[in-house]
Amino acid sequence: MEETRFNNPEAQRKIDSIAADVLRNVRINKGFILWMGFLLTLLVLCLLAYTIQLKKGLGVTGLRDYTSWGMYIANFVFFVATSLVGMLISSVLGLIGYQWVKPISRIAEIIAIAFAAVAGLVIISDMGRPDRLPYVFLYGRVQSPILWDVTVVTTYFVLSLLLWFFPLIPDLAISKSRMQGRPAFLVKAYEILSFRWEHHEAQYKIMEQAVRILLILIIPTAFAIHTVTSWLFAVTPRTGWDSTIFGPYFISGAFVSGTAAVIIAMYFFRVNYRLEKYLTEDHFEKIGRVLVLVSIVYLYFNLNEFLVPGYKLKTGDAIHLRELFSGHYAPLFWCIQILGLILPIILMLFRRMRRPLPMLIISLIVLCASWLKRLIIVIPPQAHPNLPIQDVPPEWIVYKPTIIESAVTLASILLVLIIITVLSKLFPVIPIWEMAEGDKNKPLNIENQ
Amino acid sequence: MSKEKKEKDDEKPDLDKVIETSRRDFIRKVTIAGAVTVTGAAAVYSGHRFEKGKHREGMVRVLTEDNRLVEIPIEQMKDFKPDLKMLQSRGREGISGKKWVMVIDLSRCRNARKCVEACQHAHHLRPYEYHINTLVMQESVNTPAYFMPKQCQHCDNPPCVSVCPVDATFKRQDGIVLIDNERCIGCRFCIAACPYSARIFHWQEPSMAEADKDLEYDVELNVPHKKGTVTKCLFSADRLREGILPYCVTACPNGVYYFGDENEDAVTNGTTKETVRLSELLEKNGAYRLMPELGTKPRIYYLPAKNRLFDFEMGESREYKEETI
Repeated sequence: MEETRFNNPEAQRKIDSIAADVLRNVRINKGFILWMGFLLTLLVLCLLAYTIQLKKGLGVTGLRDYTSWGMYIANFVFFVATSLVGMLISSVLGLIGYQWVKPISRIAEIIAIAFAAVAGLVIISDMGRPDRLPYVFLYGRVQSPILWDVTVVTTYFVLSLLLWFFPLIPDLAISKSRMQGRPAFLVKAYEILSFRWEHHEAQYKIMEQAVRILLILIIPTAFAIHTVTSWLFAVTPRTGWDSTIFGPYFISGAFVSGTAAVIIAMYFFRVNYRLEKYLTEDHFEKIGRVLVLVSIVYLYFNLNEFLVPGYKLKTGDAIHLRELFSGHYAPLFWCIQILGLILPIILMLFRRMRRPLPMLIISLIVLCASWLKRLIIVIPPQAHPNLPIQDVPPEWIVYKPTIIESAVTLASILLVLIIITVLSKLFPVIPIWEMAEGDKNKPLNIENQ
Repeated sequence: MSKEKKEKDDEKPDLDKVIETSRRDFIRKVTIAGAVTVTGAAAVYSGHRFEKGKHREGMVRVLTEDNRLVEIPIEQMKDFKPDLKMLQSRGREGISGKKWVMVIDLSRCRNARKCVEACQHAHHLRPYEYHINTLVMQESVNTPAYFMPKQCQHCDNPPCVSVCPVDATFKRQDGIVLIDNERCIGCRFCIAACPYSARIFHWQEPSMAEADKDLEYDVELNVPHKKGTVTKCLFSADRLREGILPYCVTACPNGVYYFGDENEDAVTNGTTKETVRLSELLEKNGAYRLMPELGTKPRIYYLPAKNRLFDFEMGESREYKEETI
């Protein structure tokens, strides 16, 4: 007889208890149907806006010849950025050996999957000829950063999906016998997807090895996706994009928005799924520290990005920075930098602010600021090209997003929410077997918390 | 025979001689006319025979592109119209042995905008859609304002071509940068990368989409345009293929443009049709290229607005209303 994990009564009792807590939420209830119905209805409305764009062309957006990349591209950058958190939590913190990331690693992977998957769709909405998407594969030229982006984002999505799925297999095996009252298709899905997992030590060994390889592989991939995304801008000779620190500037910013997204999801699951035992105050306190750290790193890159050209004030930089600091974009710029970065750092230095509710509010602000920051990165550098803008209709000069454009952008956000909802409602959101294992050094006593 | 007759007639009296002379004259005329008729008839007959041989049973002989004489039935003869495949392959290749170059003399530009109009007319563009536009430029408050025609610079190191993901925009052997709007996916990376703002996008249905819909797409003219693709100056590649100067160059009333082949070191002024040595023109007039610090190596040279022929006059400001989309 092969050695199996969780074969003693105490471990079984632990699994029973955790599985009961986690699986309580795995079901199709009224709330889920209502929420999904709401998301899908809104999605259909937003997709109608997209059909108008398809029919009439990109002219239905606020984009024109000078600002030809706008909300769509900014949203794409934001999505790629936010998806990076999967790598930060699971790989970086996980490989270091922090045990506390165990219950949130799956949440981080779900966010990575959702944002990475939809990022690819967002870029299609920006294309003038989406019908020619296959040309990217038929006639692709390797010297174009778009080709690099397509390659690495797809790779990252697949790796994230595997990183979510592999550790889920034992949980599916644990759960399949505890699925009374769930729809038959879900039980069947659990049955198939658990691949007749029998908790053999050898099975765990293979799975843990595979996960470890993925955790290592995903680090360079994640760095690649956002570095390449930053190069979409940095490889052009345009003032405001023509920066050598765009790679790390984007990566550090990505960790900020991703961590904020994970905190918001954690709060939601803690309260709505009643998972206080697993997503404890201590977790918020710790991930709060992570958010402070990545925000400070991001602030440091902001300092470099704006202070150094601001000191020299080369003609193009001077115009660009004047627009940001005191011109058309100043209110937005200072709101983002102060309310969305500096103030959260100061607040989160206090332990009292790293409790669940304050962390939720801070994270919501940080996430919104992160989205707006991408607009500031993408749009203003196009408003002041090297040669003057003359003899064009006045509405071509200043970019104003239209309702259709906003609706299509909203559609992408709805899609992210739909993916997160499905993955977190139909499958265990807390890794049952990993929690039952507990901390190898310091056993986690769940019942006493 | 007539000679013998003539000898006999010489012996006759004077009056007779007079009559005889006129008769002789008549006979000579008739003889000549007869000979001419016979020769002509023979010529016509042989010509007819030759033509008959040529059109043997409704066939015609034609010389092919590769210098072969072939015979085809007349009814199969059709006017030549290059198909898309041919237009595309010759459009991507370019004209061998040429390195097109343009020189713009800013001292002669008075903002007549004939270049802009000719270009927009030829390329079926709206009044506010520019392949070329004359910009009002002023480097600083103390330096004079001047007009500057600006189009695609046809860079030898084009940032737009580097970033294109699908090889829709490309550099030809004759130096021209073109866009294939059968290939363009509309990502607008090239627009983002171009430091000269030379590229425009079809945000809506192109203005002459309906009228042009039966035309074969010519990448050297970029007509018919397609919604959702990028367009820009083509150095009038279609005209160069026919050996004619570009639209803007010939439309200019003030002699602003010189256009020619760098390999021949010769450029021709589109207004005066005067051909000058390129290197001399550039050297004597302190020519420069736009934003040399970017390393894009444009194929357009500008001659500074020095010793201007006209005073700078702003003219009326142009306002364009966007058509409803």
